[in-house]
Amino acid sequence: MSLWFWVLAACAAVYATKLLGYLVPQSWLKHPAVGRVSAMLTIGLLAALVAMNTFSAEQSVTVDARLGALLAAAAALMLRAPFIVVVLTGAAAAAGIRALG
Amino acid sequence: MGLSIAAAISLYGVSFGALSAAAGMSLWQTVALSALLFSGASQFAFIGILASGGTGAAALGAATLLSGRNTIYAVQMKALLNPRGFRRLAAAQVTIDESAAVAMSAPDPVEQRRGFWGAGIACYLFWNLATVLGALLGDVIAEPEALGLDGAVVAAFLGLLWPRLRSLDAWALAVLAALVTTITMPLLAPGIPVLAAAVVAVVWGLVFKGARA
Repeated sequence: MSLWFWVLAACAAVYATKLLGYLVPQSWLKHPAVGRVSAMLTIGLLAALVAMNTFSAEQSVTVDARLGALLAAAAALMLRAPFIVVVLTGAAAAAGIRALG
Repeated sequence: MGLSIAAAISLYGVSFGALSAAAGMSLWQTVALSALLFSGASQFAFIGILASGGTGAAALGAATLLSGRNTIYAVQMKALLNPRGFRRLAAAQVTIDESAAVAMSAPDPVEQRRGFWGAGIACYLFWNLATVLGALLGDVIAEPEALGLDGAVVAAFLGLLWPRLRSLDAWALAVLAALVTTITMPLLAPGIPVLAAAVVAVVWGLVFKGARA
């Protein structure tokens, strides 16, 4: 129930961010700083999510098989692999490191 | 062009569905996120924060902030297409990275309109079908960790970030945001370090205005 509340609230909030751009007068969001802050916000949030999902542990940080997944995914991206291959590479690296360790 | 993007988005949708199921979302919750929220990075952020123990409020905050770029796309699409009435409500829902990119790369107004709606609707259909498929697959996976699904989440976020790291400025911010998150993780409640990094990103964007490479 509570999880459903947050799911639907997030759906409504994200739809509002999309609709907002069609409703406000164009001049309001025309300032170059708006586009720049939005681009930086996306980069900052995604980088934070990479770090959180790599190092998270119960109220601390840890290094485990997920760091191997991060490095393997980075290698796949440098080789211009498509998204699904990158994701599978990360999974295989984490699973492989666990199976060996 | 819309269809090749839709094919790519299908594979991406399967990974979202499977990871959402592994994060503990029910099939219908996963379906709701793809049908109603419909913005890949925000959906990954939402389930990623919940999976690592963050609160619903933190997940909502990160998903909404990540959708800030959709607001910018919407402003650009309004300038190009200016949809009215019901079309405006529908256009808002399919205003995402892919549809905006296709519309903005089209040479004339007719192609822009066709590109936006073609890519937007194709992505919507394929993303939702793929999500259901992924969620059903994810539900039958008994041991997500043994299959490395937590490694898949890390790879998915890096895959979303990678194409945006086109300048030194972007790299520097990404490293700083990752550091801030890692350092504050033992100190703050789960999910909050991501929002702290968002604050750093906004300040970065405002302070280093001219530093864009």
